[in-house]
Amino acid sequence: MTMTAATKTTSERTASERTFGAVGAAVRFDGVEKRYGGGAVVAVDGVSLDIAAGEFLTLLGPSGSGKTTSLMMLAGFETPSAGEIYVDGEAIAAVPPYKRNIGMVFQSYALFPHMTVGENIAFPLKLRKRAKAEVARSTKDVLDLVGLPGYEGRYPRQLSGGQQQRVALARALVFDPRVLLMDEPLGALDKQLRERLQLEIKALHEQLGVTIVYVTHDQQEALVMSDRIAVMDAGKIEQIGTPNQLYEEPASRFVASFIGESNFLAGRLQEQVDGHAVVDVPGVGPLRASTGGQHAVGDEVVATVRPEKIVFADEAAETEFNAVEATVESVVFVGDAYRYEARLGGGQSIVLKRQHRAGVAQHVRGERVRVGWDVADGRLV
Amino acid sequence: MAVVGREAQARRFAGLERRGQVRLALLLLPAVAFLLFFYGYPVAAMLLRSVNDPAWGSQNFEPLVTARSTIDLVVAELPMNAYVRVFGITLQIALGVTAATLLLGYPVAYALASLPPTQANLLMILVLVPFWTSILVRSYAWMVLLGREGLINQFLVGVGFAGEPLQLLNTRGAVYVGMIHVLLPFMILPLYAVMRGIDRSLLRAAENLGARPSQVFRWVFLPLSLPGVAAGCLLVFILALGFYITPALLGGQRDVMVSMLIQQQVTQLNWGVASALALVLLVFALAIYVAFTRILGVQRLFGGARA
Repeated sequence: MTMTAATKTTSERTASERTFGAVGAAVRFDGVEKRYGGGAVVAVDGVSLDIAAGEFLTLLGPSGSGKTTSLMMLAGFETPSAGEIYVDGEAIAAVPPYKRNIGMVFQSYALFPHMTVGENIAFPLKLRKRAKAEVARSTKDVLDLVGLPGYEGRYPRQLSGGQQQRVALARALVFDPRVLLMDEPLGALDKQLRERLQLEIKALHEQLGVTIVYVTHDQQEALVMSDRIAVMDAGKIEQIGTPNQLYEEPASRFVASFIGESNFLAGRLQEQVDGHAVVDVPGVGPLRASTGGQHAVGDEVVATVRPEKIVFADEAAETEFNAVEATVESVVFVGDAYRYEARLGGGQSIVLKRQHRAGVAQHVRGERVRVGWDVADGRLV
Repeated sequence: MAVVGREAQARRFAGLERRGQVRLALLLLPAVAFLLFFYGYPVAAMLLRSVNDPAWGSQNFEPLVTARSTIDLVVAELPMNAYVRVFGITLQIALGVTAATLLLGYPVAYALASLPPTQANLLMILVLVPFWTSILVRSYAWMVLLGREGLINQFLVGVGFAGEPLQLLNTRGAVYVGMIHVLLPFMILPLYAVMRGIDRSLLRAAENLGARPSQVFRWVFLPLSLPGVAAGCLLVFILALGFYITPALLGGQRDVMVSMLIQQQVTQLNWGVASALALVLLVFALAIYVAFTRILGVQRLFGGARA
């Protein structure tokens, strides 16, 4: 992993640029716990996690899920109550933050208001007693890297939010950290800028090869940027996987609802054949789905299916297909698609999304329709 | 037609805006009137008196007028010398008290600002209770403590540290102790306000970038707390310049501050000299205030840590 990343960097880099944080480190959480108030409050509950050198891993979860606390323990601002954290095999849970050589971009950017951009970026280098010429050169190079050449003399308050974010990134990279931590770094920016910076940070990661641990509650951001995502809830990791795995094969109802939108249909597991489950949904009848976890026949189960995987049945004639009768309850235009809500026979509702194409008739409220989805797109959780 | 309507509309809006401004000005009126009548007028009267009482260019300035050189002024046993000396003592005490309150107050403010707000508020009461107690009461309390038969002397003699009671009261040291005690909250409060406003993530960022705790303090916390230091020092220094009760009660005969001299002149009905002294003190305080604000800016001094 490191090898490929390094090779890539060399080929992409122009001659004058220096790499920053080029050698990423592997990070391992081993049964890490964090308790507060004499153990009454469990913020992080036995997290074990392997992050490969050079990987972009995102900790994704709602507030209070323990993602930020996990990041703070990696940065050294919190000490684990139990377990150990390793960076390149070295146990660091007891190492003070200033000796860890881990870069961090804070949610508020945390740029020093009394220092210029140049002084902010030079700060970690001066602490490392680098020669003056080297400090000046590195500062210039890293500002070029983040697209703010010549900004050394400005003060943070003179910059826009996006520019401050770039300076914070430059400052976190300039001292060649082994790992770069980012705590909701784009949360304060508007949507368009956020989306642009997501792609820029992702490109930068591919160029530099530094290990990045990224914290966000924005699932879209996590899907766009990450090599892998660890979904956290209530202090535990619910599921780890590539964005695609998490989206297509959510392991739990929480993951299915947190990442993207999902329909949940409650029913009873009737039988399991050829890796397919047949679920009896009251008022609808038997539906087929692929199985996610371990279930026994007769169990109460929930089948999920993504809104954009559901089509009106007249548009598709697959063999491996669930088709059900429904009544359209609402139609909402959401820009790139129409969002329908339809009620099934048993009273449960499903949501489906369909892109609007010329020549396709709109369904209207109250209309009886047949909707369906590929058996492989339904999953038991 | 439409254009005329538009202009009328614009005039109406401008009128509304003006009326709003007038209303705001009315809010200021009572305070301004009060200050002009009870403060502006007396100060102006004092200003006049300082130069023309008992008569324009009278003996107040005689030494200055008759002296042929600076040496004359220094060697001559003129009242002018005494005044200069008193101003010297006053400045010295004010500076000493400012420095001491800063040294004592900074760590206290730092600790308070580092604690969670609930605990900090509780401890803040310890700072504020003396603040709410009359200066007179506190000065008398120090007289009781420092006197020949006072608690401190009884203790020192009791444990055999001193053979006989020490002269603690009516010394420069007693003046310092009393004034530092009274003025300490005026240092702690602005320091605390500024320190509370310092974003904690800045300290974390510094540590993350490789700064040891001492370096975090030196390069991040200290510079960001300087507006508080300036505000506290300014407040304490200017208050100390005009101190009267505490030095009068605790000081010795040689520890005369300007305000005591003014009182002396007033009891001797030397209104002209008293006014002149008061004016010089006022100019002193204003000059220091202007110098501070010029260097730091009022906004930074009283507007919190964030520029």
